[in-house]
Amino acid sequence: MYSDFNSLKKNLKKEFSCKYKLKVAVLGDSATQLLCIALKGFALENRIDLSIYEADYNQIHLQLQNPQSYLHQFEPDYVIIFENHKKLASNFYVTPPDTKPCFAQEKLQEVESYHAIVSHSLNAKLLYFNFLEVDDAIYGSYTSSYVGSLLYQTRLINIGLMQLAAKLSQFQLVDILSKQAQYGIDYLFDFKNYIKADMVFSLESLPLIAKIIVDQIKAQLGIITKCAIFDLDNTLWGGIIGDDGVEKIQIGNFGIGKVFTEIQYWAKELKKRGIILCVVSKNTENIALEPFLKHPDMILKMDDIAVFIANWDNKVSNIKKIQQILNIGFDSMVFIDDNPFERNMVKENIPEILVPELPEDPSEYLAYLKSLNLFETTQVSSLDENRTEKYQTESARLKHASLFKDEESYLRDLNMIAQVDPLNQYNLPRASQLTLRSNQFNLRTLRFSEEELLSYKNTEGQFVINFSLKDKFGDHGLIAIILLKELNSNQLFIENWAMSCRVLKRGMENFIMNTLVDFAAKNNYEELVGEYIPTAKNELVKNLYPSLGFEDVFNNQWILKINTYYQLSTTISNNL
Amino acid sequence: MNQKQQIILDLNEIFTDIIDEGEIMLNPETTANDIDGWDSLNHIQILAAIEKKYTFKFTLTEIQNLKNIDDLTNIIVQKTSA
Repeated sequence: MYSDFNSLKKNLKKEFSCKYKLKVAVLGDSATQLLCIALKGFALENRIDLSIYEADYNQIHLQLQNPQSYLHQFEPDYVIIFENHKKLASNFYVTPPDTKPCFAQEKLQEVESYHAIVSHSLNAKLLYFNFLEVDDAIYGSYTSSYVGSLLYQTRLINIGLMQLAAKLSQFQLVDILSKQAQYGIDYLFDFKNYIKADMVFSLESLPLIAKIIVDQIKAQLGIITKCAIFDLDNTLWGGIIGDDGVEKIQIGNFGIGKVFTEIQYWAKELKKRGIILCVVSKNTENIALEPFLKHPDMILKMDDIAVFIANWDNKVSNIKKIQQILNIGFDSMVFIDDNPFERNMVKENIPEILVPELPEDPSEYLAYLKSLNLFETTQVSSLDENRTEKYQTESARLKHASLFKDEESYLRDLNMIAQVDPLNQYNLPRASQLTLRSNQFNLRTLRFSEEELLSYKNTEGQFVINFSLKDKFGDHGLIAIILLKELNSNQLFIENWAMSCRVLKRGMENFIMNTLVDFAAKNNYEELVGEYIPTAKNELVKNLYPSLGFEDVFNNQWILKINTYYQLSTTISNNL
Repeated sequence: MNQKQQIILDLNEIFTDIIDEGEIMLNPETTANDIDGWDSLNHIQILAAIEKKYTFKFTLTEIQNLKNIDDLTNIIVQKTSA
């Protein structure tokens, strides 16, 4: 599933070409050296170069509270704080009996104070470990009824930590407790190492711990899975539809059908939270469609599938077709197929796509897929739920497009109406999401949490402009965000421009540019300044500024003079 | 080759893999001071690798009393013959 500790350690001596570089501080009340090695090694395999500052043992308060500490000079992107259940227990035992019932509350206040320093003084994100839960057998079963017991207070802390994570921005949990539930305390915690070396985690579990952290960092960087492509026969149902027929496939209570029913429920939940579901199957199309239309036990319906491809072409070209329709990177797709031959063929031809090696026994598929944590995210928005619908509309739109004699008449026929809004409490979640998710149409790839975005807007000389678009097929919602910053009284800088790829090739860029120039002119600026910062994914907009009339100054820096600007043509009208 | 010699050959492999700074040749008298890189962190990994290879667990006392490779091989002989 993933490398063991020793190979993670060896990664530190190897060369990796990393796409990302981040600074991480690790503070702990146990010895964290091996944890740091695992973390660095695991991140390297994901092409993230972590420079880690590991504070001396037991310096959490000192490092946080002293503004001269090395932690503060280090200016980390992330601060990871690991306080362990053993130290928690010792602190609990020296707490006077009458204050034990308040133990959790006080601990949570302390954690909140860590967060205050990390987010405000260090402007970093806090990753905080929750606590392993071990009963100390002082009260027997009565421990869960007794507010003064260690287990009771530990559980209160763990619940309280989740509430903090829900409430505070820049605060995320490293949920080792859920791993304890899955693998057991003896797998995670090595008491002998704790006695000998003050180390908490077993060597075996360190890669797992590192994965929890690196997965969250990746999601923050926008590296997330957006789309799951499923095979049909023996993946979404048991048996072969072309041979067995719709009555004989195994789903629901027939044969081992429950295995596949559970997989479908899981897929359906993923779809509800915004993952795009697609189907690629070697089948005759109308036969493959039959269960979706007729079988009463199918959980997935045609509505749930954004792109459905059943034919006899090879799966590689079908997946490439899906990629074109969805317009997202292969590295944000996962391909789930029971057939090792198909998996290998896809893996060899599209190395970026994630292809889980399913176990042989279908009853193990789902547990295995869940253990891979394929669908990390930093936030959930109600807008996510409509995504499948949007892509289905997009498929319809593509079919529609072929009917027109030229592109412009097609665009005109779409009746596109754009709306320009400042940042407000209603569009804030989606605006932030756009900065976090967009990779291709993103000029400087700056990521903003909701809180960061608000504080950006509230700074003098800085502006946020949001664009929404609808057309005759449907409402696309908020699809572009522009951040502007005054450089001096003459120049306005486009701090970032991120746009959803769903609305490419519609003249939206022109509409936005016209709006920006109006805005600059109204506020008496003479020049707009733009910059393109290349990443692995935003090649698409490399030439955006010159194509809009900007002139080259140097090195991807561009300038547009307001007084010589001609309005660019667009078929999009403004909803005033 | 007797059992202890065979164990030392196995240990050579484990030490070389974990310390990862070139071929290591142990003999019964070798101590941590004789080997660059046999530090406390690698020591933890080495003991875990031995436990895995020979499928037994060291007791804390055994670990505390380890002085050289000979002590280590004696424990392995004793634990695996039981």
